[in-house]
Amino acid sequence: MSRLTPENEAIAREIISRYPKPKSALIPLLHLSQEQNGHVTDEAMVHLAELVDVTPAEVIGTCTFYEMFKREPVGRYVVNICTNIAFQLLGAEELLHHAEHRLGIKAGNTTPDGLFTIEDVECVAACTEAPCLTVNYRYFYKVDGEDFDAIVEDLRNGRQPTRKAAETGPDGAIPSHGTLALERQHIPADRAAGNADPDSAPAPVWLEQQA
Amino acid sequence: MSDTAPAKSTVSVEINGHTIEANPGELVIDAAERNGVHIPRFCYHNRMRPVGMCRMCLVEIDQGRGPALSPSCMIPVTEGMKVDTESERTRKAQDGVLEFLLINHPLDCPVCDKGGECPLQDNTVAYGPGESRFVEEKRHYEKPIPISDLVFLDRERCILCDRCTRFAKEVAGDPLIHFQGRGSRTEVNTFPDEPFSSYFSGNTVQICPVGALTSSSYRFKARPWDLTEVESTCTTCSVGCSVTLQSSRNRLLRTMGVDNDATNWGWLCDRGRFDIEAVESDNRLAEPLVDGAPARWSDALRKAAAAISGALRDVGPSGIGVIGGARLTNESAYAWAKLAKGVIGTDNVDAQLGDGLPGELLFGLPRATIAEACAPKGTIVLLGSDPKETLGVLYLRLRHAVVEDKATLIELGHGASGLTRYARHALHGEPGGALVELAHQAVALLPEGQPVTVVLGRTSPTEDPAVLAEAAQVFAAYGARFLSGLTRGNVHGALDLGLAPGLLPGRVTLDAGRSTFTDAWGSVPAGRGKSTAAMLAAAADGSLPVLILLGADPINDSADRALAERALQRATVIAVDTFPTDSVAHASVVLPAAGYAETDGTTTNLEGRILPLRQAVTPPGTARADWAIAVELATRLEADLGFDAVEQIWAEIASLSAAHEGITAAALASARDGVIAAGSGGSGGRPATIDSVPAVTAKRVPLDPTKLRLVVRRTMYDGATLTQQSRSLPSLYNDNEVRLHPLDFEKLGVDEGADVTLVAAEGQLTLPVVSDRGVVRGTAVVLANVPDAPVNILLSPTSPVIDVRLEVVR
Ligand code: SF4
Ligand code: SF4
Ligand code: FES
Ligand code: FES
Repeated sequence: MSRLTPENEAIAREIISRYPKPKSALIPLLHLSQEQNGHVTDEAMVHLAELVDVTPAEVIGTCTFYEMFKREPVGRYVVNICTNIAFQLLGAEELLHHAEHRLGIKAGNTTPDGLFTIEDVECVAACTEAPCLTVNYRYFYKVDGEDFDAIVEDLRNGRQPTRKAAETGPDGAIPSHGTLALERQHIPADRAAGNADPDSAPAPVWLEQQA
Repeated sequence: MSDTAPAKSTVSVEINGHTIEANPGELVIDAAERNGVHIPRFCYHNRMRPVGMCRMCLVEIDQGRGPALSPSCMIPVTEGMKVDTESERTRKAQDGVLEFLLINHPLDCPVCDKGGECPLQDNTVAYGPGESRFVEEKRHYEKPIPISDLVFLDRERCILCDRCTRFAKEVAGDPLIHFQGRGSRTEVNTFPDEPFSSYFSGNTVQICPVGALTSSSYRFKARPWDLTEVESTCTTCSVGCSVTLQSSRNRLLRTMGVDNDATNWGWLCDRGRFDIEAVESDNRLAEPLVDGAPARWSDALRKAAAAISGALRDVGPSGIGVIGGARLTNESAYAWAKLAKGVIGTDNVDAQLGDGLPGELLFGLPRATIAEACAPKGTIVLLGSDPKETLGVLYLRLRHAVVEDKATLIELGHGASGLTRYARHALHGEPGGALVELAHQAVALLPEGQPVTVVLGRTSPTEDPAVLAEAAQVFAAYGARFLSGLTRGNVHGALDLGLAPGLLPGRVTLDAGRSTFTDAWGSVPAGRGKSTAAMLAAAADGSLPVLILLGADPINDSADRALAERALQRATVIAVDTFPTDSVAHASVVLPAAGYAETDGTTTNLEGRILPLRQAVTPPGTARADWAIAVELATRLEADLGFDAVEQIWAEIASLSAAHEGITAAALASARDGVIAAGSGGSGGRPATIDSVPAVTAKRVPLDPTKLRLVVRRTMYDGATLTQQSRSLPSLYNDNEVRLHPLDFEKLGVDEGADVTLVAAEGQLTLPVVSDRGVVRGTAVVLANVPDAPVNILLSPTSPVIDVRLEVVR
């Protein structure tokens, strides 16, 4: 089942209704499908194309532009380790090597048990906290090999890491890959601001000029 | 500025030290080009929105704050702007951009189809680096992958200019190819297993500035420097797109769209682009045949003349009928009209096969051009066959008018078309008169004070032409103008030159033209002759012993297959054709005709525009031009048509025809976009053209609740001879199906996908049934002229509607 489930399709329709043009909802919908399936499947993209009235080629164009959308299955925990220069100077490469040895895989791969994927990435926007890594986009600052082992050990045993990620929810929990937030935004119809019809809005001067 | 100064209508810009006047809003790259300064480019295309993708057009532009390198395809001119396209900095930028573009380019020019006509080669030679400093590994992709049956993509050669992807989305409305990935890994591709199956895909091959996109039709066929080319016009449908025909060693290898501002804007549809392959088909008729055996021209002509003389003797002129002529050039149409009506004396002449509209209706309504129909903020009413399926490039123009130029589209028809999604209102009803009611509703919806153009054609061969005439009059009363939506190649030329019952050349009736043409031709028929359906009926019952087929295949193409078969079996058939069609197989005399690209002349498009046709290759065997066959046949009938060259025929048309007054050969030669035949005659000895339509009231046929009313839709790839005889297109046709509205399934007790038999009075046909929300309830939609599923066995030209019973096959 990799089209959206009926429940998720209902959520999708609510998301679509927040935008003046259905196709503007594509990125949240891709996340939704990734949350459901762990990665973005071709079938899901066909379904999203139907929902927002574009072609599957347009959906795949958007999907492949963003690193966070995976078209192949990945581990339940995707570990991103930044190895840009600020990090290199403070031991990021050593951290990456340590992680690769510890998990027995090269960056870009997934452990055979399907739990961990390691990625060697550019800039995760936390240069002041080097070396750092993210697990399913939850930040762990100033990490060394020991910290890494402890995090992996906890996750492997089904526990949330004792060392809490920065900026997560109150319990610091890390959901499976694909789930962005533990709380889903829901705006009741009577509280929604509604959409202005973009076609009835006056075009910006610079656009008019070109027309 | 004083407020009395007259507003200036142009913008003064200095380009390379010379001051020029540009149009307000014009892009620098266009203003420069119009003034003889070429700025190199890859991504910019004047028929698409600029995107600034490639940076090849960087030039120094000073808008008052000092010169800065700017993409000239993105910057509109401003007063006092200074542009330098030759400065040191501009040159350095061009050189740098090219070096970057070549980093990942495979440089496989020796095996690349684009070599010799490649903008990347040309710009590199003119502006680029002589040598690359890049020594690292280039990116690699699987060499060409098919992205459709017609187009291959070599991603290594792609420079990511966004032309093909923009075309697919902006122009064709089929965004089935898209950029994928990011950064240096960006590529153009389709969704997995969803090919780029656009009717317009060939245009991407034409506009790709490198050899990344190639067509399966032309790949590895020739080198540009070996091609000779002539400018001509596509005659596959009646849009009349301007083309160049490119040939090498007497083989027609490729056709490319030419930008005609009035018609195609440089685009072609894939059917028109690729069906030229049929020209060199092995199945072409190359020698005359008498009773199925090869014969000499003199014997075949003598036999044909004898059959005609025999019928003249036994029955008189009305014993001879001529069906077809929409394939012919204007000159050939005139020659055949003169032979049939002036020499033989029969008015049984019909270029249409019962699926068009009477010429009198078109002539009597005020006509519009494509540009008038597509005028910004105008209103377009669609009342005909689906342009996306039948008039490809007209669809592109209409779509552009709605999407880009804020035109309003109101669609009337028997169900959804390719334009429904762009329509402000889509009013659908079954055949049998509902369209007249809908026309009244549509008039109430027309926006105030905007010009209205109706695209008028035949919605379905199962709809009575009288219904369309009555609906058209509703709009005519409102003051609308009309663009013909008749689809056959040169049907408009054939009608204009008299290949229709009751008409003489120049859009005049027999009576109005009688004295002029009696003087010119010796005689004209006494009264109105028969239409195709009536000719077939008369031939079947023996009262019309000789039928001449002018490139017509009534068995597959007329509204009654069984009748056509009986007619062709009974009558003596003389076929003038390029291919041995099912109908030609019945002919006792077959005269092979020169086909597309094998003769000179002119054609007339749906606007009434006269456009040039040029010979690119010689006809096969001893095939000759249709007009020359008419001349020969006249000689055997002891008459002289009075011409033996195309130019003489045109001169005669221009001197006699009311509609073509003033359109001399010289006028045609000097008009870039062709010349509209719009003369109205009535003076200087010319008869007056038809200028009004008599009021009609069509019969209303209410729906029969126990039956389904049949709607026949045309599709782009069907059993048309040229489509089927080309190499690339025959596999593309859709299988025939019966389409029903989803809510009708339960009532009828059928399941989607089941086989059903449609039972009509005339015959029956078994097809799978599918559900389609675009179908009107109570109707069944089938496709016309699909090989192996001929719906014309269900049709009858004499009943105003066709109602069918549906039986489930168990
Ligand atoms: S395939 Fe050709 S037209 Fe398309 S983006 Fe690449 S270079 Fe441009
Ligand atoms: S739209 Fe008609 S005239 Fe134009 S290329 Fe297609 S078939 Fe030819
Ligand atoms: S360089 Fe690593 S987070 Fe910015
Ligand atoms: S032509 Fe201007 S950026 Fe490509």
